[in-house]
Amino acid sequence: MTAAATAARDRWEMVVGLEVHVQLKTRTKAFCPCSAEYGAPPNANTCPVCLALPGALPVLNEHAVALATRAALALQCAVQPVSVFARKNYFYPDLPKGYQISQFDKPLALGGWVEIGRRAEGDPIRIGVTRVHMEEDAGKSVHDRFPGATAIDLNRSGVPLIEIVSEPDMRSAEQAGAYLRVLKQILEYIDVSDVNMEEGSLRVDANVSARRRGESALGTKTEVKNMNSFSGVERALEVEFARQVAVLEAGGTIEQQTMLWDGNAGEVRPARSKEGSHDYRYFPEPDLPPLILAADWIEQARHDLPELPAARRARFASEYHLGEYDVEVLTADAHVADYYESVARAHGEPKAAANWVMGEVLATLKSSGQDIARFRVRPADLAALLGLVRDGVVSHTAAKQIFSRMVATGDPPAQIAEREGLVKVDDDAQLAAWLDEVIAEHPDEAERLRNGEKKLQGVLIGAVMKKSKGRADPRKLTQLLSARLGS
Amino acid sequence: MAVTIDDVRHIATLARLGLTEDRAAALVAELNTILEHMDELAKVDTAGVAEAIGVGAEGLPVRKDAGPPIPLARSIDAVAPSVRDGFFLVPRLSTHESSEES
Amino acid sequence: MTAPSCADLRADVAAGRATAAETLSAAIRRAREVDTGADRLNVFVWRDDADARAQAEALADRLADTTPGPLLGVPVAVKDNIATLALPTTCGSRILEGYVSPYEATVARRLRDAGAVIVGKTNMDEFAMGSSTEHSAYGPTRNPVAPDRVPGGSSGGSAAAVAAGIVPLALGSETGGSVRQPAAFCGIVGVKPTYGRVSRYGLVAFASSLDQVGVFGRTVDDAARGLGVVAGHDPRDSTSAQIPVPDYTAAAGADVKGLVVGLPTEYFPASLDPAIRARCDAAIDRLRSLGATVKEVSLPHTSLAIPVYYIVAPAEASSNLARFDGVRYGLRLTGDGLRGMYDATRSGGFGPEVTRRILLGTYVLSAGYYDAYYRKAQQARTLIAGDFRRVFDSGVHVLFTPTAPSTAFPIGAISDPYEMYLSDIFTATANLAGVPAMSLPIGRVGGLPVGGQFLASHFDEPRMFAAAYALERALGGEAHA
Repeated sequence: MTAAATAARDRWEMVVGLEVHVQLKTRTKAFCPCSAEYGAPPNANTCPVCLALPGALPVLNEHAVALATRAALALQCAVQPVSVFARKNYFYPDLPKGYQISQFDKPLALGGWVEIGRRAEGDPIRIGVTRVHMEEDAGKSVHDRFPGATAIDLNRSGVPLIEIVSEPDMRSAEQAGAYLRVLKQILEYIDVSDVNMEEGSLRVDANVSARRRGESALGTKTEVKNMNSFSGVERALEVEFARQVAVLEAGGTIEQQTMLWDGNAGEVRPARSKEGSHDYRYFPEPDLPPLILAADWIEQARHDLPELPAARRARFASEYHLGEYDVEVLTADAHVADYYESVARAHGEPKAAANWVMGEVLATLKSSGQDIARFRVRPADLAALLGLVRDGVVSHTAAKQIFSRMVATGDPPAQIAEREGLVKVDDDAQLAAWLDEVIAEHPDEAERLRNGEKKLQGVLIGAVMKKSKGRADPRKLTQLLSARLGS
Repeated sequence: MAVTIDDVRHIATLARLGLTEDRAAALVAELNTILEHMDELAKVDTAGVAEAIGVGAEGLPVRKDAGPPIPLARSIDAVAPSVRDGFFLVPRLSTHESSEES
Repeated sequence: MTAPSCADLRADVAAGRATAAETLSAAIRRAREVDTGADRLNVFVWRDDADARAQAEALADRLADTTPGPLLGVPVAVKDNIATLALPTTCGSRILEGYVSPYEATVARRLRDAGAVIVGKTNMDEFAMGSSTEHSAYGPTRNPVAPDRVPGGSSGGSAAAVAAGIVPLALGSETGGSVRQPAAFCGIVGVKPTYGRVSRYGLVAFASSLDQVGVFGRTVDDAARGLGVVAGHDPRDSTSAQIPVPDYTAAAGADVKGLVVGLPTEYFPASLDPAIRARCDAAIDRLRSLGATVKEVSLPHTSLAIPVYYIVAPAEASSNLARFDGVRYGLRLTGDGLRGMYDATRSGGFGPEVTRRILLGTYVLSAGYYDAYYRKAQQARTLIAGDFRRVFDSGVHVLFTPTAPSTAFPIGAISDPYEMYLSDIFTATANLAGVPAMSLPIGRVGGLPVGGQFLASHFDEPRMFAAAYALERALGGEAHA
């Protein structure tokens, strides 16, 4: 950007609100008992209800309510005792009823927030959540499979969603990205969704406007759609904001419209919209009486909430005395955090446990692409291994070897150590014998060490370690070597 | 509140009714006659009256998150106008059209 | 009318005096009589006599059951907007021509489980929008009592099936009076249950907050038996009530001493046809002589019923009929691309009354008009329901009114849509309030049947039937004179 362009940009403030659709991990659909599983042959998971056959009626899935409530509570929202489903009417071939069952002016939950970081001064940056409501997903339209035709698959039609609408509180693409990452982590922690943007279980639409810095009124916003990743959202926001600034700087006005992000070209383009804006003609869904949630049921759901990421981070810091970096790494994924805690509690030394989990465990998982849920090394066994190291039964080097064997076989560490002869040797006689061999094999280095080149100690010790397959106790060895070669 | 031909065209578009111009023109008069009779409603004081939604005080019944799915006595292929490889086929949409039509 | 009753037919079949195949044959014979030739009544849209026979023959196996079914061997007719497996479900519309539902409505299944044999699907105003059964894509139905006249609507075919003596029992549907008004026009019994009493799963929706499956019977007892079979909670319908179903026939011998019958003044306006008023007065006198207490009451918001009904029902219908788009079932006509397909299919598939109501419904929901029309109407509806609650809370057990403002009018006589809508003036309030109501014959005027209507409070069908049984017994042959 030129200096002039930068100056222009600085005159304007970006205002962003995000609408996030999240697929809930239920077994069956929102309004019928069809499977909600992904991957079935086209239209295999359909029935009179989700096909919208004449005369079919919706019946709400209680687990969808439970998951939606859990999400709303985790986002600090006030769950409404009475909420009402509504019909959102429009025509599209993957919307079989010609309306979507959603919620309109009486949604499930209102008024929450998400903390996305801290300002320089230390106060938290909170992004408001206006509402969370329940709705059903539409089917899929496939445009390029048959020439001249669009193919409709209704397997996804009726899968339960929640829509999370934020306040227009974000002031930069970076904040938008942070919001999405925090939101995703919270939703993963409470296990309501796979929240995978690439797979479509999390979708983002952005509303962005520009206003002069210092102004409080909001500018005209445009809606930006079709982003496929969090970084895509950030880039799209920058591009659209820049476009709006250019228009405004030139004295023009922003047209309220929908823009589509083209990730390949790095551009936004107006969606070819039909006559005027959408008129969804919302009215309360007559086939579904109002959803009434008892206060004690809501309280129980709040009580049953798993520990949320922020609370877990705080607890890790205070309970395990871990630094910020360690806390971030260990709590990024709830299952890794669970794993870590099991190890730390069993072993009793949180820092050692942290090093091993952040190091060996995560590295192994990353390189094998494995999920910690399927990891062969049980926390109790890892703790046992750390115990062996602490008690001097195996050396640190040997421990790493043992760990690899544990990953491959799932066997307990003591068994592996025995079997493979990795138990640490601190028997003076054996150590002396090895030392003799190594000195004999490295006469030059031994001579130089005798003459004062202390750094060669490491070479000789390393040679003994190698010879002993890591079993030699390095401390004892060092003492013996010093005694032998007198330095 | 009189309905105009533009209103009728707009509503017919929202409802995908494919009206001819003649039919649309005729419907302007028909709708206005019907709507005139609705004026009675405008005179009623409904301040503070709740809308009649919902059936019982028990609220919405729910079902367990489990199957089995509702069975179809015969394949949907038997009633579908155009099916291929299990997909319903419709005339191809332009990919640049917005994801919903209004 | 010499056609046998449900009770008689069932008794004969259960005792082995007749077979279900025989009772069905008689019904088919009669159906062929009335539905053949130039002056056919056009009762049925769809029949498959061979399939019906097969069903009837299969019932022979059920005779050995300890409880062989309360409608065993009874031939019945089902309105063409109720999903059945063997016969098409076309709602009197071109847009569903030939559509055979891959699933069955709960009420159809309950009929079959009870041992009834579905003779055919009956004609109706398209998508239940009408009061005369003149708006069907399959031609009008004629009134068996006077074939140059309408049978009423929208369930005219089912009413005619019973009135013509083909079947003693038929299912219809009500949204604003579509069972009671045809029952009145045809001189038979028609019942609209409390909203939520009968499952709507498989009833093609017109106005979801108003629709109910209704029952036609040759007599009150036939209707009571029919309702007892189809009523009851259905987990597939979220608006269906979890209230046990009593035996409606238990009210058969009840006397009505001490029954408080309310006469709402708004249903006896000065403009009411004097001949109809006279029939009502005679029925009311009969109730008095049976020991009922009769008193005048008021349902002050009655005049709002038609405007409210003609906002709420078309609004819900405009949404319910959006699924008829040519994508997954039914008629598909082509045009320019996808938009052309929608337009051609819906303009080619829907008749003028349906088109009119979809437009009206879309309009009253549209941006800028929702508050003035739909929301306002739903508020007024609360006021209408409140009238009934107040009256029933004040110690009135049932209300009595004329069912319709006229007798059956000639086919083609009413072309003004709004004038047709006024046929619902005495019936629509019950749908709006959700209360049960039923019509039974109380006499004739110029040879044409007149119906009187009882209404009761929610789920108080037993009391409503008690009043109807008693009046029917007291009137005897006068009901058809």
